[in-house]
Amino acid sequence: MMAYMLRRVAYALPILIGVNLITFALFFVVNSPDDMARMQLGDKRVTEEAIDTWKAEHGYDQPLFINAQAGGLGVLTQTIFFQKSLKLFAFDFGASDSGRDIGNDIAQRMWPSLAIAVPVLLLGLALNISYALMIIFFRATYVDVGSVVLLVAMMSISSLFYIIGGQFLIGKLLHLVPISGYDTGFEAIKFLILPVIVSVIAGIGTGTRLYRTFFLEEINRDYVRTARAKGLPERVVLFRHVLRNALIPILTGVVAVLPLLFMGALITESFFGVPGLGSYTIDAISRQDFAIVRAMVFLGSVLYILGLILTDISYTLVDPRVRLS
Amino acid sequence: MSLSLGLSGCGDGAWNNPYPASEARAKTVYSAFTEQPKHLDPVRAYSSNEYAFIGQVYEPPLQYHFLKRPYTLVPLTSTAMPEVRYFDAEGAPLPDSAPADQIALSEYRIRLRPGIHYQPHPALARDATGASYLYHHLTPADLRGIEDLGDFAQQGTRELIAEDYVYQIKRLAAPWLHSPIAGLMKKHLLDFAELSERLAEAAPAPVDGVRPFVDLRTVPFRGAEVLDRYSYRIHIKGRYPQFQYWLAMLFFSPMPWEAEAFYAQPGLSERNITLDWYPLGTGAFMLSENNPNLRMVLERNPHFHGETYPSEGMAQDRAAGLLEDAGQPLPLIDKAIYALEKESIPYWNKFLQGYYDSSGIASDAFDQAIQFSAAGDAELTEPLREQGIRLATAVNTSIWYMGFNMLDPILGGDSERARLLRRAITIAVDFGEYISIFANGRALQAQGMIPPGIFGYQEGRAGLNPYIFDWHQGRAERKSIAAARALLAEAGYPDGRDPDTGRPLTLYYEAMDAGPDGKARLNWMRKQFNKLGIELVVRATDYNRFQDKMREGTGQIFMWGWNADYPDPENFFFLLYGPNAKVDGGENAFNYRNPDFDRLFERMRVMDDGPERQALIDAMTEILRRDGPVAFGFFPKAYSLYHQWVGNVKPNLMANNTLKYRRLDPQQRAEQRVAWNPPVLWPLGLLVLLLLLGALPAWQMARRRERSRAL
Amino acid sequence: MLVVLWTDALIFVLIAVVLGFAFHATRHPHLRVPWQQVGRSRVAAGALVVLSVYVAIGLLDSVHFHPRLEAQTPAVGEASQETPTYSTQVISLLDLWLQPLREQEEKTFSAPFATHLFVKEAMEQPDGSVIRAYPRLEHGGAHLTDPARDRAPDILLSTLLGLVQGLIAWTGFLLMVLGLSAWRARESFAQRVLQLRQEPTQAAWRVAVWTLLVMLVLGFIAAELAVKYHILGTDKVGEDVFYQSLKSIRTGLVIGTLTTLVMLPAAVILGIMAGYFRGLTDDIIQYLYTTLNSIPGVLLIAAAILMLQVYMANHGDEFNSLVERADLRLLFLCIILGVTSWTGLCRLLRGESLKLREADYVQAAIALGVRHSRLIARHILPNVLHIVMITLVLDFSGLVLAEAVLSYVNIGVDPTMNSWGNMINSARLELARDPIVWWSLAAAFGFMFTLVLAANLLADVVRDAFDPRLRGTA
Repeated sequence: MMAYMLRRVAYALPILIGVNLITFALFFVVNSPDDMARMQLGDKRVTEEAIDTWKAEHGYDQPLFINAQAGGLGVLTQTIFFQKSLKLFAFDFGASDSGRDIGNDIAQRMWPSLAIAVPVLLLGLALNISYALMIIFFRATYVDVGSVVLLVAMMSISSLFYIIGGQFLIGKLLHLVPISGYDTGFEAIKFLILPVIVSVIAGIGTGTRLYRTFFLEEINRDYVRTARAKGLPERVVLFRHVLRNALIPILTGVVAVLPLLFMGALITESFFGVPGLGSYTIDAISRQDFAIVRAMVFLGSVLYILGLILTDISYTLVDPRVRLS
Repeated sequence: MSLSLGLSGCGDGAWNNPYPASEARAKTVYSAFTEQPKHLDPVRAYSSNEYAFIGQVYEPPLQYHFLKRPYTLVPLTSTAMPEVRYFDAEGAPLPDSAPADQIALSEYRIRLRPGIHYQPHPALARDATGASYLYHHLTPADLRGIEDLGDFAQQGTRELIAEDYVYQIKRLAAPWLHSPIAGLMKKHLLDFAELSERLAEAAPAPVDGVRPFVDLRTVPFRGAEVLDRYSYRIHIKGRYPQFQYWLAMLFFSPMPWEAEAFYAQPGLSERNITLDWYPLGTGAFMLSENNPNLRMVLERNPHFHGETYPSEGMAQDRAAGLLEDAGQPLPLIDKAIYALEKESIPYWNKFLQGYYDSSGIASDAFDQAIQFSAAGDAELTEPLREQGIRLATAVNTSIWYMGFNMLDPILGGDSERARLLRRAITIAVDFGEYISIFANGRALQAQGMIPPGIFGYQEGRAGLNPYIFDWHQGRAERKSIAAARALLAEAGYPDGRDPDTGRPLTLYYEAMDAGPDGKARLNWMRKQFNKLGIELVVRATDYNRFQDKMREGTGQIFMWGWNADYPDPENFFFLLYGPNAKVDGGENAFNYRNPDFDRLFERMRVMDDGPERQALIDAMTEILRRDGPVAFGFFPKAYSLYHQWVGNVKPNLMANNTLKYRRLDPQQRAEQRVAWNPPVLWPLGLLVLLLLLGALPAWQMARRRERSRAL
Repeated sequence: MLVVLWTDALIFVLIAVVLGFAFHATRHPHLRVPWQQVGRSRVAAGALVVLSVYVAIGLLDSVHFHPRLEAQTPAVGEASQETPTYSTQVISLLDLWLQPLREQEEKTFSAPFATHLFVKEAMEQPDGSVIRAYPRLEHGGAHLTDPARDRAPDILLSTLLGLVQGLIAWTGFLLMVLGLSAWRARESFAQRVLQLRQEPTQAAWRVAVWTLLVMLVLGFIAAELAVKYHILGTDKVGEDVFYQSLKSIRTGLVIGTLTTLVMLPAAVILGIMAGYFRGLTDDIIQYLYTTLNSIPGVLLIAAAILMLQVYMANHGDEFNSLVERADLRLLFLCIILGVTSWTGLCRLLRGESLKLREADYVQAAIALGVRHSRLIARHILPNVLHIVMITLVLDFSGLVLAEAVLSYVNIGVDPTMNSWGNMINSARLELARDPIVWWSLAAAFGFMFTLVLAANLLADVVRDAFDPRLRGTA
């Protein structure tokens, strides 16, 4: 187990380097350091001189990947890429281009993201599983057919409609919760209700349909037939056998996305004015703050790889036949 | 879910109140910011969303009078307006009437009011003896448990002195602070460029990204000198009458050296405790909570120097109730909370629900808010009037225009052909329609560069642009498309066809429009050119790329705006001054260069307001109208809405410290909020009922199924 | 003068591929049988009819040309008469067909079937006074003398007319198809009709026929009404929303299909190679897709779109019309969406090839020394085709929906292009108006929902038919 973990971590390194390379290449093709400097210095009365000092100050005055002028190892190390990447691997994100400390901001904005993502995940899971179970219970009746049509219809609606509609209905017409905003502590609850409800509803279509297929797969297995032949009531068959076995693919799927919960939901957060990591990333892209984008991409890939590892481990836990190798 | 609903539902407030119920009756103004301010250091801040905060905190020597129009400068921390004296090249004093070309040096003397104190701040905290500063030698151990500025136990204050102002002017020259006006000040302030160089050499290198404290007090500087504890003088090269406006801008506010010494200590910047985030000033408010991810809070400065509400204003101000608070000590409110609100729709809805005190009007909410009376005046719609909302309007000191790149081979240049082509296009692009579609009539069609309220603006027939408009029944009326087509034919493009190819002339429009309205705007622009038979290709891109094109001078047609720094015609005409061309690094995006215009501009800018200056401005405007490098677009009007509980509202587009005049009736606000936001519950009940009804047959079926299986 | 845009060309390539594949499928039972199963499904039949209407409109909109200009006013030309001059504008067959809709523009918003503008305007009265009122539309209902009285009867009449036309067209079409099939099957016409009406195996056909009736009737009614009114209203600058919705169909279809087409070669080749060769090849390919996968997709897309803008800014002269610029951006969007979405398919194919490689017949072929390329083409590729197909169909609706979200973040299609995403994006502000402007949003919603719903329903049937694990369960 230990050896496996070590190997996975070692395997993650080249991936992270690759991710970093791509981020750098993409970002610098579109955004020269000059652009970044102008963005930060504002657009009234900016001189070339000011731009040069800004670049020097923020370490953007070196070549991107290869420094032909430097000698020896300096060819690789005295470059923007090397200088800026090295610290990332120590999770030292440094200051954003506008001067704020990124690590500090991430630590602060992580909580609102989690406050939305975790309830959405749990509620969504509970709702989708119970709905899917119900459909299975009533399979081949009008409930089944009607539900499947409903689910497909729900899937076919753009997530934007859910958000716009939810805000309009619950917030504006019914005056039940604040339309947008956020606060710390328990005050946050009233702000979370709307985005959580909207996100859960938006996820029903895809989620329930997926779980329904998982259940369908199980229900045609031999052991289920045997159980039924023994005369067990349908309820017991569903809960004791079908649900328990179908939970394996469901939960392993959930494990894979667990780490990514930190990253937050991009659109939901910016629509509801929640200061989470999702809106942080969107803002950074639109403000072209490369330091933040780089940090978020790095963090995202680390979490993604973590998700992969967790999935592998969870497989061994539920199915002892699978060995980590 | 129902539990949490119940939790937030109890108490006396409305369910959808985004603020804690305990704060409902405090004298707190609620507002919002859409974008994180980037810089709160007065050396760097240069945009309105930053000024909204630090304008309340920092105090330059002068300010704009809250009520008087046209905009008038009055002393803020100084005892009187600065004394200006002129000297020739030998240093001999000159009379005020001396011609501008003889003046080699101007001296501004400013005397401060004694007894003004800074806000409480740890940087100014002293130990028990008062001999040394408590927090100027922080060790890592001292910083344990410090998360933001409020975590420092002790705070102190001290009196404002002339040295603080001089200190800040020196900071403007410091190359590592990147002041946006450093380039401009090099031209005008004596010794400024040299100071900048001296500082670049003398300054120590940053350690771990933090630059060690450089005590600028010891650096000599002839441009700004301390005369005594309360007075200082500034030396300007030649004559530069616009300088007094700069003295009302935050770049020239005081900065105590202690602030820099404090913030430069290692360990603070990684906690985001920097001068760029935590201002330290003498103003009516201080920034007590600074969380750009969530909210910014301004709180009354306990040491504020007892400024009172102005007792004189314009004639109609008394009737409008704007003078009722005359003589009251400022500020009139205790606190202002700015929440982060990125989308305009939630903001507007929360305003209508009473959770924001004031609001601009997004173009799309306009019909909901404003209607025009039969006489064409804007007034509020019935539902809003019932809510007791009031409207304040003012013409912005800014202009939107469509520009032509004069370096372009087709559109640019001094030839008669190009001039006619530009004129035909200018007639065709109907900004009147643009205003009615995209700004709901909230703008004034421009006839020249200078907006109303600024010296040089001509009203009515005298201000008509005769090349584009006709005077018809007491109104300016845009010339017809037929006239434009005739001009186009004269220019050699009959029906908009290029004579060489016989195909329609293709022109390029550099667009930076990407918002939700972008598509409509671009389509509208294409329709305008289609009227002439010209094919307009829109090159939509982002703002960076747009600026690149402007700098390289490769664009063709573009739309851009300018927001005045100060109310002087020079600040508009310099956009067309030849040596300022964008390709040479200036602000003249048209790359327009007309020697006659440039000569007139050089005379006009050093002149005091008067008939002679007006004549020059008229002559310059005529040149611009004839050459047509710019299609004067429109001067936007600012419409803002205020709830009934907000008082002392008069839009002042130059002053950025108006929060201190604001009055508030929190009692009324709390009552209205509850009255306007009754929770509507029956749809929820209906939903539950429907679910139950749907579940009933399913339940029966389940029973039946269970029984049949069991058999 | 014909213009072939990049996406046009690719669409025709796609059609060729689909036809080729169809031909291939008819000759291979393992592909033919599931498709026949799809064809027997009633849901699929209905969905297919709806989809083909969309595709037909999309195809009409994919043939572009420069319209010819009428000869210039006599003042200039003696020599220019011989060679015809063409406009610099690029329009499509659909534009030509919808000419009235395209050109009947109003000043600003007007509601569906409105005869007056949605906002008040200052109007000069004959006596010189100025009042603010709702002016009559220039085109919508302009033929009515008294809109308040004449509008309802006029709309009713046009609807009836459209209904009758639709019925006639439907009957004609049906007669033709039935006659043709009767002739081919050498049966009598009456027999054929009876079969269609009664035989259970023909249930799918019945659904298709009825769906067709609905589509035809709706189409003819819309055609009757659209020339007289703005049946879905007009937008902020007075463009017909119905026209915009129809034009958006192509954008949606292109994003949904070309994206898959673009990523297909890479996903198939790399996926199979990774599974088949294993070892170092596998490692490299896995590294490649894990790396790409771990970068948030939004960022990749944003960067690619910005990159394109830089390119176009530097090569401004190469894109002389708006349509070409917008088209290139659309293509770029497809490519970059492909880059972010090929990894899923690639991983599936890798797993499947790993399994297939161990199959006896493949092992035998390897032992016999068959060349790798031949082996892959003969034994591996045909056996993973069903996975490719399922992914293709399943991805389609997701991509159409993604376009809307991307436009919201401003990294979608060109802002001047007609697309549902752009319509929804502008509708955000319209919703805050009072009285509310709902028709743009509703139109985009309706058109998009229909397409995605049809695609999802079809995808369900296709997956059930091809996925061996699920065959016969649902």
